[in-house]
Amino acid sequence: MTSIEPAPKMVDVFSDIERETALKANPAGYAVTELAALDPRVLTLTADLSNTLAEFREKFPGRYIELGIAEANSVSFAAGLASCGFVPYIFSMAPFGILKTAEQLRTDVDYNHLPVRLVGRLSGLAMGYFGTSHYAVEDIAIARTLNNTIVVAPADAASAVALMRLLATLDAPAYIRIAEAPEQVYDEPPACELGRWPRLRAGSDITLAGHGMGVGLALGAARVLAAEHGIEADVLDAAFLKPFDEAALAESAARTRRVLTIEDHSVVGGLGAITAEVVGARKLSVDLAQAALPAVDLEVGVPAELYEYYGLTVAGVVGKALELVKQ
Amino acid sequence: MVSRISTRRIDSISAVYPQPIVSARSGIYAGEVVQDGMNVLERGRDISDAELARKADWIRLQTVGLIAQAGLGHYSSTFSCAEIVATLYYHVLRLSPTDPGWADRDRFLLGKGHVATGLWPVLADLGYYPRDWLPRFGKVGSPLNDHPNMPLPPGVVTPRTPHRGAPGIDFSSGSLGHNLSVGAGMAYAARLARKDYRTYVLTGDGELQEGQVWEAVMAASHYKLGNLIAIVDANGFSGSGPTSEAMNIEPLGARFAAFGWLVKEIDGHDIPTLRATFGALPGPGGRQPVAILARTRKGHGAEMFEKQPQAWHLGLLTDDQRADVEAEITARMELLS
Repeated sequence: MTSIEPAPKMVDVFSDIERETALKANPAGYAVTELAALDPRVLTLTADLSNTLAEFREKFPGRYIELGIAEANSVSFAAGLASCGFVPYIFSMAPFGILKTAEQLRTDVDYNHLPVRLVGRLSGLAMGYFGTSHYAVEDIAIARTLNNTIVVAPADAASAVALMRLLATLDAPAYIRIAEAPEQVYDEPPACELGRWPRLRAGSDITLAGHGMGVGLALGAARVLAAEHGIEADVLDAAFLKPFDEAALAESAARTRRVLTIEDHSVVGGLGAITAEVVGARKLSVDLAQAALPAVDLEVGVPAELYEYYGLTVAGVVGKALELVKQ
Repeated sequence: MVSRISTRRIDSISAVYPQPIVSARSGIYAGEVVQDGMNVLERGRDISDAELARKADWIRLQTVGLIAQAGLGHYSSTFSCAEIVATLYYHVLRLSPTDPGWADRDRFLLGKGHVATGLWPVLADLGYYPRDWLPRFGKVGSPLNDHPNMPLPPGVVTPRTPHRGAPGIDFSSGSLGHNLSVGAGMAYAARLARKDYRTYVLTGDGELQEGQVWEAVMAASHYKLGNLIAIVDANGFSGSGPTSEAMNIEPLGARFAAFGWLVKEIDGHDIPTLRATFGALPGPGGRQPVAILARTRKGHGAEMFEKQPQAWHLGLLTDDQRADVEAEITARMELLS
């Protein structure tokens, strides 16, 4: 009898948990609870994702609105609330929250400049095991075409809290793409400024820019490149997909002449594609490569296996970086 | 290439919305909303049935004129709801044209946004903006478009800022099926802020084919939003033919009732009935959203449109045709005066 290799452990990314660990496992739920205490306009809505707001519901039961499995209604309903002075945060599974509601987001929220915040949990391949219906690998491509919407993809829990605190001071629509269980990048919520990418490591041989889980991978790869290959990487946390930090990208690219973007998103329309647009528009002489998901039917499996399969691992990023440097 | 985002930075977030927020289950605002010295059009304003009927025909006449100047427009679906719009704006809604954003105003959403042409003269007449905005309807740079846009929040700057949105429009529309959801959100907001305003949403009957409408219908009864009133302009036609031939939407009354709504089925052209129906609405603290199924005729009020409601869904009258339609309406208005 052949032995069956156990699958990599899956992280329970669905449930809200104890307050002590909520900051790490459910930063968006943690942050919105904190913000609600400061700002009476803050409301939360979910389309059947109430388990990510257990603490909020307990503390602010009158300010939580469950709308059932009805994403389109949730977004337009939130726009109605926002037009009356409230600041609604919609917690939704990223694939359904944005793909089903692109038109409601554009027409009701973005076009009217209303401060509705869509928090996309379970982005990228976080729900890989459940099948391609549950993937959100086109969400940034859609969100970035919404003219007035801020698009952020925090690197980790502390970054998510910091970015949500920043967004709370701005009256613009926003899409917040939450990465589930990424490598920790920040010890505490970093200072952040609208549209500015933090530089996490200075180097002059190659630029590694990532968002979400891509930031941790970039840092991990930079360490390996330095230790094993003598290559010094400039690492940027591309937390803002919009406004996009063209200046930081151009400055780094001008020094390194090589940019590798890292993201659990399609090669179409995400960080890599926006980077190419900027490079083209600014006529930068730069070699580009992407560590991202191919624009084809994707495989189905446990997230860790899928990341391995598609090279979204430290080793995968190191390999791509070496190819780019040796070109 | 990469867009800039215009946003207003808030210095003190708690200073922006100082009112206490309470549970949706708490009682609603009980104090006097309208104070002395406020320039408010109260609910149930005094106006005769004949005067309302004249206003409806005046809306039709203005619509014909605006479409002639713009070059294209939705005649017959604007005509079908003229009595509804006239009754709401000249009798039913609590409004403050000099302070369009007044938090206690009744809200009106034009779900069937393609009939905004009929609303523009009304809002000018009530003083939301100068009448001389009307001649630029439909032109680049005009706030008055074929479908309505709401004004931008204060402080937001875009290339369209000076002419983006019209005062008096409570929410933008154009994409069918959205506004009942938006209206449900506004009605929920009234509960949270303990306000007694009502939210009225005028939908088309073809619009009810949109699935999102029924998500909103479900949510409104779940949250017992008795301050939400859907008015269906059931004129029986959509853009390309009879509504229920494309996709049957009947029995509408039974469908709304099955979702928990209070249903009133009326003749949408009969002014006394409209007045009585709106006058008998349960208080805004009610626990059941209200659907007014207004049975109407597409193109009502002009023989040419009534005979061919489909042909005049979207079009442009020739000068001769226009003269005929205007003469028919004007003659009726003279009889009413």
